[in-house]
Amino acid sequence: MQADNFEVLQKLLKQRSGLVVSPEKAYLLESRLMPVARKWSVKGLDELVALVRAKRDEKLLQDITEAMTTNESSFFRDTRPFDQFKSVVLPQLMEQRASRRHLRIWCAAASTGQEPYSLAMVLHEERVRMNGWRVEILGTDLSTEVLDKARDGVYSQFEIQRGLPITYLVKYFRQDGDKWLLSPEIRQMVDYRPFNLLEDPTALGRFDIVFLRNVLIYFDRPDKASILGRVAKLMPSDGVLYLGGAETVFGISDRFKPVEGQRGIYQPTSDAEPSSAGRQAAAF
Amino acid sequence: MKTCLVVDDSRVVRKVARKILEELEFACDEAEDGKQAMDHCMVTMPDAILLDWNMPVMNGIEFLRALRQMTHGAEPKVVLCTTENDLNHIQEALSAGANEYIMKPFDSDIIQNKFEQVGLL
Ligand SMILES: C[S@@+](CC[C@H](N)C(=O)[O-])C[C@H]1O[C@@H](n2cnc3c(N)ncnc32)[C@H](O)[C@@H]1O
Repeated sequence: MQADNFEVLQKLLKQRSGLVVSPEKAYLLESRLMPVARKWSVKGLDELVALVRAKRDEKLLQDITEAMTTNESSFFRDTRPFDQFKSVVLPQLMEQRASRRHLRIWCAAASTGQEPYSLAMVLHEERVRMNGWRVEILGTDLSTEVLDKARDGVYSQFEIQRGLPITYLVKYFRQDGDKWLLSPEIRQMVDYRPFNLLEDPTALGRFDIVFLRNVLIYFDRPDKASILGRVAKLMPSDGVLYLGGAETVFGISDRFKPVEGQRGIYQPTSDAEPSSAGRQAAAF
Repeated sequence: MKTCLVVDDSRVVRKVARKILEELEFACDEAEDGKQAMDHCMVTMPDAILLDWNMPVMNGIEFLRALRQMTHGAEPKVVLCTTENDLNHIQEALSAGANEYIMKPFDSDIIQNKFEQVGLL
């Protein structure tokens, strides 16, 4: 690919999704964008960039952006965050929200659904204790293709073998040939909609728990900082943010502080707004 | 060091599984069928058992049921590892006392993941 064409793609991706493509990663463009080139009936990436220049077609730009996302995910990814959610974070929030009985959870890079569905299964297991509670789980992603797959809730043997405890498979999945179909009762616990983390999330509402896992790694520091800043604004001061195993807020944003004794989870710093439940409690 | 008994009638599968488990720092023993596995467990009860289903002499489920009746037979974590990949088989294995279930083909990631889930790692 010509150097100036590489730069066009690099700029386009940075602008549209935050993705940083260093010159050493140029090979990724080749492998992931060739299918897009074929779809748009051009020979190679230089021709694809020519098409971008000529048309500025929104659908083409979206195809390029989506093709460059890394969508890898798994059920109960890394195990620990979900154990921690079940045994520490959820009981604590249930206590703090005891009068309101309402929780909102946001999976901000939901990919093909394994993360929100893992949470939904954990919550479903707790349904006796959570009787009378309203729990909303919102899964968003830049890529509409992964969201379609998430909504379908159909997974391969390979996918259900990664991280999903066998007892959950037996309880919550039905088999159809070599495919595994997630039960409607879990699927209907999660709503999906497209959302780009580079945009203002205010319209999504407020969230007690945010999973922002394995996505910040693709962005540069200013983008990481502004995303964390916008997410913090949606959270009450006792809300909890989950990042991926290789991600941190240290040296990037002071809008979150680590939760003592708990690895990988963070809470908004005190200048964030308190929850309405918090305000209520303080008034008594 | 934790111990794991690999029970499979295929020498190749035993070899591959042993290599993966040794990398996860298990001391491994092998058995070719359920009968050999019983003999082994009567002498030393392993911490973990990676167990095939279809084997001559005594199959995996027969062995598992017998194992769970033995003194200390409830202790080993048993992970089925088999080509049987339908829900009925999985349910049967769970009710016979399996802790986890791997559908072949397997790789080191799956074994590590399942061993973590049952608390062996
Ligand atoms: C590696 S997956 C992480 C999935 C899941 N959170 C997990 O930890 O397993 C990263 C996801 O982030 C999405 N993504 C990348 N850039 C994004 C952006 N600017 N806004 C929203 N989602 C984005 C990708 O489409 C992809 O599905």
